[in-house]
Amino acid sequence: MNGLGETLLDEADETVRVRLIVNGRKVNCEVAPRDTLVDCLRDKLELTGTHAGCEMGACGACLVQLDGRAVHSCLVFAVQADGARIDTIEGLSERGVIADLQAEFHRRNALQCGFCTPGMLVNAQELLSRVAQPSREEIRDALSGNYCRCTGYEAIVDAIDAVAKERSKARNAGGGGA
Amino acid sequence: MKARAFSYFRATTIDQALDAHARAGDDARFIAGGQSLVPALSLRLQAPRLLIDITHIDELRGVRREGGHLRIGALTRHCEMLSEPLIAEFAPLLAAAAPFVAHPAIRNRGTFGGSVALADPASEFPAMTLALDAEIEIAGPSGRRRIKADDFFIDLFETALQPGELITAIHIPLFKADQRFAFDELARRRGDYALVGCGIMATLTGRRIDDVRISFFSVGNTPTRVKGAEATLIGSGLDAERIAAAQGALEGDLAPPESDEVPPAMRLHLARVLLGRLLGRLGEDA
Ligand SMILES: Cc1cc2nc3c(=O)[nH]c(=O)nc-3n(C[C@H](O)[C@H](O)[C@H](O)COP(=O)(O)OP(=O)(O)OC[C@H]3O[C@@H](n4cnc5c(N)ncnc54)[C@H](O)[C@@H]3O)c2cc1C
Ligand code: FES
Ligand code: FES
Repeated sequence: MNGLGETLLDEADETVRVRLIVNGRKVNCEVAPRDTLVDCLRDKLELTGTHAGCEMGACGACLVQLDGRAVHSCLVFAVQADGARIDTIEGLSERGVIADLQAEFHRRNALQCGFCTPGMLVNAQELLSRVAQPSREEIRDALSGNYCRCTGYEAIVDAIDAVAKERSKARNAGGGGA
Repeated sequence: MKARAFSYFRATTIDQALDAHARAGDDARFIAGGQSLVPALSLRLQAPRLLIDITHIDELRGVRREGGHLRIGALTRHCEMLSEPLIAEFAPLLAAAAPFVAHPAIRNRGTFGGSVALADPASEFPAMTLALDAEIEIAGPSGRRRIKADDFFIDLFETALQPGELITAIHIPLFKADQRFAFDELARRRGDYALVGCGIMATLTGRRIDDVRISFFSVGNTPTRVKGAEATLIGSGLDAERIAAAQGALEGDLAPPESDEVPPAMRLHLARVLLGRLLGRLGEDA
């Protein structure tokens, strides 16, 4: 009646099939209920641009977009995401929507080892989609959950600040934005 | 680390969720935003055999006016506290607290109901339900009930929720024209849990306080209303002398526990500083 099988508790290690739309493509994936989304993306779908650092929500290396919002893929089990749209750093790169951020990060040395960079870019993209002209304070605030052990953050804030200004300028010039 | 193996069930009605929990007994956990539960599972602090996903239950969603209350569905995400116009208008204290809850990506998934159910004494929202005189709406194996926030928080991570009970919504009395609110917290870094935090709801006639509820977090085992300080303020104006008296009363209201990070005396000091600032702000607004 309620769709609950007799075997509710007997399937803990059995895999289940999840359907996702990853970077615009429909995929099916066999996962154990305890597999996190980051493990599913990296191990099953071989999308290793999303990084796993702390695996407890503290470092921000694993950020992806889930139904258009930035979330930690280490804090979501893949089964929870069944039916959802996931966009990873690979998809955002291919679509070109963060090309300006990537170029600016490169130009300003806002990355060194690059471990934090995918998470930084996903986060920056979400910030700029919500706030057209964030102050440096707002940028720092938005990045408060993203650790970088290399750069000291200043160049990252500079890069995002520069892109925010460029995008505003383009919008005001009637470019309509991307 | 990885979570221990568990089964997963996605409920689409409250009854399904309650039924699944009843069948699995102590071995089940509801999962909402997962922003506290997933790390706890990954660190193996908890190892239930069944996770019941409640995020597809429509009845737990949505914010609407119901009589003199705002009914905030348990699944309302932290980020919606910042974007939902009804919350800005009728529960502005929650909107003021929301930017201090974790980081943007965690706010995109964490839920109001989950935060209140967890009752972390360092969390913003549970303490704000006390300041707001909220009521928690609960569904469980023995039916539906409502309980005042004042009676909900019992001890460290312990609430009046019985095993297998679900928070369905939180009801907040509508914000009125003669009310004022203030919120702030002291933390080492933005996004960190606060060393001390506080929210205030006051009803004023001119500068006279007719009623006030002051709630602190990160000061003990539960979110804590400071009734001694409240009593010193009621019936009087917000002048420097009254504010000092309220600050003085905190010593009787709060008993911060020993901790490695912050000695009790320092926490009490920070609580006094914060209360002084917030009452000062209320006075400026009045
Ligand atoms: C890095 C990091 C920083 C954070 N910083 C802060 C912070 O500064 N302030 C803060 O307040 N929080 C913070 N959090 C926690 C975050 O706010 C959580 O989202 C919130 O505490 C729990 O909500 P949830 O929906 O994610 O609950 P879940 O993690 O899904 O569940 C938490 C608990 O509540 C139970 N539960 C959930 N929903 C219900 C319900 N409707 N009825 C009954 N039981 C339920 C679950 O069974 C579980 O035991 C932080 C988290 C992380 C990872
Ligand atoms: S790996 Fe997800 S936040 Fe660190
Ligand atoms: S570039 Fe190395 S962690 Fe940020």
